[in-house]
Amino acid sequence: MLTPTISEVLDELELDTLTELVNIGVSRAAVSLREMVGEQVHLSVPAVDLVHRRRAIEILEGRESGPLVAVHQVFEGDITGRALLIFPETKSLELVRAVTGGELSLEDIIELEQEALAETGNILLNGCLGTIGNMLHRSLRMSLPEIIRGKGPELFDLAPPPAASEVVMFLHINFTVRQRNISGYIVMLMDIPSLTVLKKLLGELIQRETDGMAP
Amino acid sequence: MAITVLIVDDSKLARIVAGKTLAALQPTWERVEAANAAEALKILGERKIDLAMVDFNMPEKDGLELASEIRASHPTMPIAVITANIQDEVIAQARAMNATFVNKPLTEEGLRGFVSGAALRLRSSTA
Repeated sequence: MLTPTISEVLDELELDTLTELVNIGVSRAAVSLREMVGEQVHLSVPAVDLVHRRRAIEILEGRESGPLVAVHQVFEGDITGRALLIFPETKSLELVRAVTGGELSLEDIIELEQEALAETGNILLNGCLGTIGNMLHRSLRMSLPEIIRGKGPELFDLAPPPAASEVVMFLHINFTVRQRNISGYIVMLMDIPSLTVLKKLLGELIQRETDGMAP
Repeated sequence: MAITVLIVDDSKLARIVAGKTLAALQPTWERVEAANAAEALKILGERKIDLAMVDFNMPEKDGLELASEIRASHPTMPIAVITANIQDEVIAQARAMNATFVNKPLTEEGLRGFVSGAALRLRSSTA
């Protein structure tokens, strides 16, 4: 089966609006992360693409070859999908150390890792999705954060796959805390039925924001 | 003399919203758009621009780098850096180059302070 390209599903302004929406959501979330780690968080510009699930795994593995740890949350509502905060495993203790203020022993940090990662992921992903939901005028229910360890396939081939679709909207953004040598990704995966609804919601947002001034 | 505003944002939606919000506050100001820093610098080299509204998170050169380059060539131009990224460091860098920080999503209320301040400064400098 041929993978449709994103431009076949969303027109230029819809795709632009989605990218801008994610940009605003992640920027807001980065402000929370900055408060937690006490250092500036640098963000990349979001990349949005429609890819085969396998390709999403390849993209991630092309960037990160080592073991990964992710905080995973499912969002449900008019649109359904998964949001993941992904770090190379080697950086995750560094993140926990930054969030907990650096006073703790290594044993304590290791013990706290799971909880601190879940909490950090929860704040970041909720901040990001909350902003996106608000701007789309839709509320999204978020599952509790869950920690997953592994590589691309473990992270993206979660059971049950959202609907049965093999093609997903893959949206990723890279963030770094340079002073702490922390870097990671925020990834959202959505299936095609959600994308159809998303297209409608983006259209409504464009209408609201531009008062029909858009061409 | 007519006032011209340069709106720089990689998002077309954001440029439309910025243009609309600005028009509501200052309907007579002319608006010119650029989709990235290179385009913005080209326009600045070609024509008279009185004030700039610059998005922060853009590919290649970000809005703070662009604002500092504009500041170097236009020491008194009112510049707004527009972003949802209200991290202390980002705000501090904007302030350090004497740029105004404006929160995204852009609203009339949020932009009003910058626009009124700019209007006063431009009036006094041409008076």
